[in-house]
Amino acid sequence: MTARRTSRSPRGSTLAAIAVGSLVSLAVGLFAAASNDDPQPRRVRAAELVAALALSDVALFGEARYTRNPSLADLHSAFQDGPASLEHFPTGSLVAAPRAFPAGRLEAGKE
Amino acid sequence: MRAAFERRRHLVDFAVGSLARHPTKNLGLVVTYALVVFLVGSVMLYGSAIRREAAAMLSSGPEITAQAMVMGRHDMSTSADVAALKGLRGVRRIEPRLWGYLWDSAGAANYTLMVPPPSDAAHAVGKGEAIVGEGVARARKLKPGAMLFLVSPSGKFLKTRVKSILSSDSALVSSDLVLVEEADFRAFFELPADVWTDVAITVTNPREVTTVAEKAALKLPRHRFVTRADMSRTAEALFSWREGLTLALLAGALVAFAILAFDKASGLSAEERREIGILKAIGWETGDVIALKLVEGGLVSGVAFLVGVIGAWAHVRFFAAGLFAPVLEGWSTLYPRFPLAPSIDALEIATLAALTVAPFTAAILVPVWRTATADPDAVMR
Repeated sequence: MTARRTSRSPRGSTLAAIAVGSLVSLAVGLFAAASNDDPQPRRVRAAELVAALALSDVALFGEARYTRNPSLADLHSAFQDGPASLEHFPTGSLVAAPRAFPAGRLEAGKE
Repeated sequence: MRAAFERRRHLVDFAVGSLARHPTKNLGLVVTYALVVFLVGSVMLYGSAIRREAAAMLSSGPEITAQAMVMGRHDMSTSADVAALKGLRGVRRIEPRLWGYLWDSAGAANYTLMVPPPSDAAHAVGKGEAIVGEGVARARKLKPGAMLFLVSPSGKFLKTRVKSILSSDSALVSSDLVLVEEADFRAFFELPADVWTDVAITVTNPREVTTVAEKAALKLPRHRFVTRADMSRTAEALFSWREGLTLALLAGALVAFAILAFDKASGLSAEERREIGILKAIGWETGDVIALKLVEGGLVSGVAFLVGVIGAWAHVRFFAAGLFAPVLEGWSTLYPRFPLAPSIDALEIATLAALTVAPFTAAILVPVWRTATADPDAVMR
C-alpha cells in the first residue's frame, strides 16, 4: 500500500527538498540579478565629491542641525532649535520641554 | 551509510506527513515566523547597508575640521584663525569652508548652502548660478537652466539659475546641497569678508592626524577639532542607535512569537500526545521521537527563515526599506533617494538566527522531551 501511494505522489522528503531548493534558487537568482549593479563605482564617485567639496556627515536627516551634521553640531545642546522641537537623543524622551516657555517670535511680533 | 541515509529520509517523510495533517495551523506558523524574520532582518540589513555606504563615502572627507566655539556654541572662524594654521608642520592643505543652513518655506525643507572650494574646478559656480543636490531638485522640481529663488532669514532675495544637478550617486551626502558663489553667499547671509564657517585641514600623513590636531589646538585654543575618525564614530553611533531602537521596539514582536511557539508546542494536542505514545509503544526510542519533532521544527524554521531573509533582503535591495520609510525619514523632506546594497554577512545571519530560530527551537524542544520521556501508557490515556 505504501509502495502504491509512493508511485502516485512524491515522498515527503522529496517535497521538502524541492521547497528548500526552490527557495535557495530564488535567493541565488535575486542575488545574481542585483549583482549586475555593482555599488563600488557609485561609492567611488560619491567619495570623490566628498573629497572635492570637503563634505562632512551624511545628508539623511535634515530637520535640525544636530541631525544633519551630528559631528559638527553645537555639542548637542538640548532643545536648541526651539523649546518644543523633537529631540533626537534618548534623553529627549525623558526630559520634557518646559511647559511655560515664552511665546516665541510669531507672538512677540504682534505686540 | 545508505541505511542511515534512508532512515533519516524516512524520518523526514514522516515529519512532512505529520505537518501536512494540520495544514492551516502549520502554514499560519510559517507565515508568522517568516514575518518576524522579515521585520528583524529588514532592520538589520538596512542598518548595516547604510552604515557601509556612509563609511565608504565619508572615508574621503576632511581629516580634521576646525570649528570655533563660543560659550558651547558654534562660532565663525576668522581669516586670522586660518592664517594661524598656515605653516603648521604635517599639514598639506587648509581649506576654509563657507556653508550654512537655510530653512526654505517654499520647499518646506532645510537646505545646506555651500560655497565650493576654489580648488574644485568641476563644481565651480559663477555669480547668479547654483548647483543643487538631488533632493533639492526633487522638492523644487528643478531642471538645469531653471530659476531658483531663495529668501534669507532677513528677507534678502537670491536669484540663481540652476547650472547642474548633482548626481544621485552621491545623494547620501549631497541631497540637500545648494552650491553658490562666494560673493552671493556672503551677500545673502550678510557675512563680512573675513569670516568662515569652519576650516577643513588635510594632513600629509594620515597617521599624524592626532598630532596635527593637538598642535593646531595649541595655536587656536577656542577651536575644537573634529577628526574624520570622530565623524565616522558619530555616524556609526547614530545609525546603531536608530537600528537598536527599532530592534527594541520589535523585541515585543519577538517575545510574542516565542510565546506563540511555546504555546503551540507545550499545548500538545491530545492527538499529538497519543501519536507520541503510539510511536513509543511500537518501539520508537525517546531519541527518535525527539529527532522527529526536531525535523518537523527544523523544516518549519528552515522554510520560514529562508522566506523571511529573502524577503528582507529584497525589501532593502529593491525597495530601499520602503516599509520603514516614514520612521526613517522623520521630518526630512529631502531624504535622499539612493539604492542600498545590503550584503549577506555571516555574523548578521547568525545573529538573526539566534534571535528567531533559537527561541523557537527551545520552545518546541522542552515540551516534546517531557512527553517523549513519559510512559507511553500514561501518555495515551
